[in-house]
Amino acid sequence: MSTTAQEAPPGADEALQADFDAKIAANQRIEPRDWMPEAYRRSLVRQVSQHAHSEIIGMQPEGDWIATAPSLRRKAILLAKVQDEAGHGLYLYAAAETLGVDRADLTERLIGGRQKYSSIFNYPSLNYADVGVIGWLVDGAAICNQVPLCRTSFGPYARAMVRICKEESFHQRQGYELLMRMMEGTEGQRAMVQDAVDRWWWPSLMMFGPPDVDSPNTRRSMDWGIKIDTNDDLRQKFVDMTVPQAEKLGVTLPDPELAWNDERDHYDFGEPDWDELKQVISGNGPKNAERVERRRAAHENGAWVREAATAYAEKQRSAREVAV
Amino acid sequence: MSGDNIFTGLTEEHDGDARWAFGTGFTEALAGVDTTLPAGVDGEDLATYCRMLGDDALVQAQRLVHWVTDAPELEEEVALANIALDLLGQARLLLARAGQADGTGRDEDDFAYRRGPAEFLNVRLAEAPRGDFARCVTTLLVLSSWRLALFGRLTESRDPVLAAIAAKGVNELAYHREYAVSWALRLGDGTPYAHERMVEAVADVWPLTGELFATHPVEAALAAQGAAVDPATVREEVHQVLTQVLTGATLDAPAPFPAAEPAGRAGRHTEEMEPLLEELQRVAREHPEATW
Repeated sequence: MSTTAQEAPPGADEALQADFDAKIAANQRIEPRDWMPEAYRRSLVRQVSQHAHSEIIGMQPEGDWIATAPSLRRKAILLAKVQDEAGHGLYLYAAAETLGVDRADLTERLIGGRQKYSSIFNYPSLNYADVGVIGWLVDGAAICNQVPLCRTSFGPYARAMVRICKEESFHQRQGYELLMRMMEGTEGQRAMVQDAVDRWWWPSLMMFGPPDVDSPNTRRSMDWGIKIDTNDDLRQKFVDMTVPQAEKLGVTLPDPELAWNDERDHYDFGEPDWDELKQVISGNGPKNAERVERRRAAHENGAWVREAATAYAEKQRSAREVAV
Repeated sequence: MSGDNIFTGLTEEHDGDARWAFGTGFTEALAGVDTTLPAGVDGEDLATYCRMLGDDALVQAQRLVHWVTDAPELEEEVALANIALDLLGQARLLLARAGQADGTGRDEDDFAYRRGPAEFLNVRLAEAPRGDFARCVTTLLVLSSWRLALFGRLTESRDPVLAAIAAKGVNELAYHREYAVSWALRLGDGTPYAHERMVEAVADVWPLTGELFATHPVEAALAAQGAAVDPATVREEVHQVLTQVLTGATLDAPAPFPAAEPAGRAGRHTEEMEPLLEELQRVAREHPEATW
């Protein structure tokens, strides 16, 4: 049973806080019915709903290629992938709702431009190799970010992430497999792959967020067990994993500073253009307006359908009550 | 399988299933089915018939995918994507069977990407404009009810491949119809505005329904050989189903299906077909030598 601050006797807050802190320290899960500090709840609502929005907006750059996919097998794979993303959005909205927010309200915040989503989806997808590169690099970066979240302190979020990570890893492999096939194809196909890699490499590195020195929320989120690794650690991990994959594929990553460093036992790499990231986050990316507008239009055009469903459910309920 | 690290498998030497972190998990729909052409069944006719049913599914799926990222609710995007995936799966099996039956060895992509509008044999209702959600529901209701009736009978086809495709398809189509029915009820008996949208959708769709039951000579010949279903034989059953659903949704009982000649089945299409195929085939045609 939940206890609100108003009802609690004097000193109860401290006891609840101590209990919460002990659970976090012992790596135990916080569940929706447990007491939690308001700032923890707010921080999670922000993170989980932005994650849900990212899944939904993330359907668009690839979704554009479903209708023109160049083989029926690729069409089925891509359609299933985009469908999975809608499913991920649904689990995550459900996880957010356990924190006392309403999905309809979160949708309003997204289409009203009041809540953000991953900036990566504000870049355009220009040729069919983008579908493969989004799978390989963007889903790959997402997995790096998300695998640790399977151990995050809030139970519903952690459990949603377990399932999502499994599906994301499947998507990453499908993306990589498309690129492998294209690299074995024509000269034109190899050029398409390289072009897509050139465009998506730096935005993928930016998916881990600003450098640690500029990430004000990182420390607190780590203390709460919401976040497990820092942005820079995850970025390094991603680069270390991706370089051998790029070599096997036969593409060049567009960073002249990229080189193995024996001393650090990691790859060194160049600095992403953080000004560009700031521009995209503040809404000035190539596709920001279009992505939100499309979601807004779908939502508003569908209002009469949702109203009809609500009215029908209401009629059915009344009919049942009369019958009783 | 590369253990827990989902990344390491990518750079390992691999073939087939080992490439995938969690296995492909797909069962071959036609595993163990005898693909030999049965005696007394004309291969050319069987191929044409498979193209008819395959093209219906492919073209309908092509229309449906545009609802993904554009539906009234996320749940509808998931459901419509699912339906499109089922239809795409049916199309792939049917087109592959067409290439076996006509002896040319053409594969699913040869049929999907390297034919012009006049070579597509789908009914015109499959290519009709997407329209609003009421139109989507109505088209899906009519096509799924019709196809379910056909596939139910096709499970007895003398062609074991067609029978196996139909057996797999009936479960899928039963879900498609159930989904369409649930929305026909909500829209028809929800708000006055939605009711009007449904009235309009039924009026728009109805002129295209006659063709679904018009027997093409190939269908007649192959039905006589026990391999196909003459669509005229499901006319009454489908009309009864639609009457039950539409009146349940507080709409008027539908008019009889109009009389019609086979049009799409003979490669005669509406002006919608060319742009639909232009979109479907664009990337494949831009890279004729490519492998995907």
